[in-house]
Amino acid sequence: MKDQFHIVIRLLHWLMALAIFTMLFVGAGMVSSVANRDWLYDLHKPLGITILVLAILRLVVRLSSRTPPLPSNMPLFMQLVAKLSHVLLYGLMLALPMIGWLMLSAGGYPVTLGGGIELPALVAKSNSLYAVLRPLHTLLAYSLLLLVLGHMAAALFHGLIRRDGVLRSITFGK
Amino acid sequence: MDTPNTKLRLAIIAVAVAVPAAFFAYSAGWLSPSRLTPAKFVNQLQADGGNNVGARRNHTKGLCVSGYFEGNGMGAAISSATVFAKGRYPVSGRFSLPGGNPHGNDAKAAPRALGLKIDGGSGQQWRMAMLSSPVFVLSYPKDFYQLLQLQQPDPATGKPDGAKIGAFFKAHPEAGPFLDWAQHHKRSDSFASTPFNSLNAFEATNANGEHHFVRWSFLPQTPFAAQPADAGPDFLFDDITQRLKKGPVSWQLQLQVANPGDPIVDATKAWPADRQHIDVGTLVLTQTEPQSSGACRDTNFDPVILPDGLSPSADPLLPARSAVYSDDFTRRISEQAKLEKK
Repeated sequence: MKDQFHIVIRLLHWLMALAIFTMLFVGAGMVSSVANRDWLYDLHKPLGITILVLAILRLVVRLSSRTPPLPSNMPLFMQLVAKLSHVLLYGLMLALPMIGWLMLSAGGYPVTLGGGIELPALVAKSNSLYAVLRPLHTLLAYSLLLLVLGHMAAALFHGLIRRDGVLRSITFGK
Repeated sequence: MDTPNTKLRLAIIAVAVAVPAAFFAYSAGWLSPSRLTPAKFVNQLQADGGNNVGARRNHTKGLCVSGYFEGNGMGAAISSATVFAKGRYPVSGRFSLPGGNPHGNDAKAAPRALGLKIDGGSGQQWRMAMLSSPVFVLSYPKDFYQLLQLQQPDPATGKPDGAKIGAFFKAHPEAGPFLDWAQHHKRSDSFASTPFNSLNAFEATNANGEHHFVRWSFLPQTPFAAQPADAGPDFLFDDITQRLKKGPVSWQLQLQVANPGDPIVDATKAWPADRQHIDVGTLVLTQTEPQSSGACRDTNFDPVILPDGLSPSADPLLPARSAVYSDDFTRRISEQAKLEKK
């Protein structure tokens, strides 16, 4: 299909949408409750690393496959916002797990993923680095939440109001 | 474009976005202002004990120690954790007193505390935060939070209201065993002659995938002697510093294995003494470091950082301890980072 994303991109998009929403809910719950933290945290770390791996794979496919063009009748400003938001979404999908990993390393925490899998520390223990990365992780998570909600609203606007084929480019229907 | 149909479609979009937004708000506790959060806990600890910049909000008075754990191999029957294989594993730790006073009185402290981090190799860490009491004071985080609120000094008298605390304990009979211990146990003359207990239960899994619930104790190998009548406010910390200058001090690590039906989610209830006990190795401490410069200052002794082969039980205190320690860690490390800049 000429006007759709590569099938790998489309599959990864929906899989990662599920993973990222789960991650945002788990993260928010984990830091704001004294209950359930143990299992939420045990889910947060491996899921974060999974998102990192999938995001790298997706970026490779995205850069090496054909991206369906935006409709030519879309206002230039909307086109710019669309492109910028996609760059930011990719950036945050890669940055959030990396910052999580770096932040745990800087805090002297083991980066365990369960099942005996342990990731190496990316940096030596550092209070100054932890003090920067820990709040940055939260800030970027809120940014990703807002961006994802905006992305959803824009996609539905394309699909329901403009009906210009943009939403269809990421779905599986014809 | 402005037809009823368009309005309906816009409404669908609004609802589609509002649903995940609302779910996020729920997860983050924005819809439940009364939710007990780790931040509320740490704020209350600050209100009770003072805000010690760059230091722990609770168990503020402490001393860094290091040494090793010598596993004897007997623990492997219960848990596949690497530290239970025969061998020697590096340990760093911290003795402390409860409360937010960095100059607390050792002679009056009950319980005494020990945090440990055992490095089991290949990234397998076992962190723990233990008390000398055989049980914890309360079963639920919300009750402990309420007790902390009652322990906040009254601005008028500079002291907490003893009558209110008395009434609280009357309403919480589960605190009985802890209070009884706190009033009647014989205090020893040293950290070296003090036992330290896991309090919470944990699930141990062995190489065959068999599960058991365990608690553990570090039993002192230094003979008991009573706390002297003239013990000064720093006698415990001075004593352990002097002792470790002369030679190593050791504790035996003993696992207690629960029988079916034993209380595994309630840290106020001891298990019967006849439960299976397994001596799994020896903790040997060899040196101290002041906590102002030692490794323990910036370590979070989070009791749910466990090696494979050990996992938390469903005791509600465990996730609460983890969440509160983490919040406290983030605050003090950020303050430390600012102090380091100066």
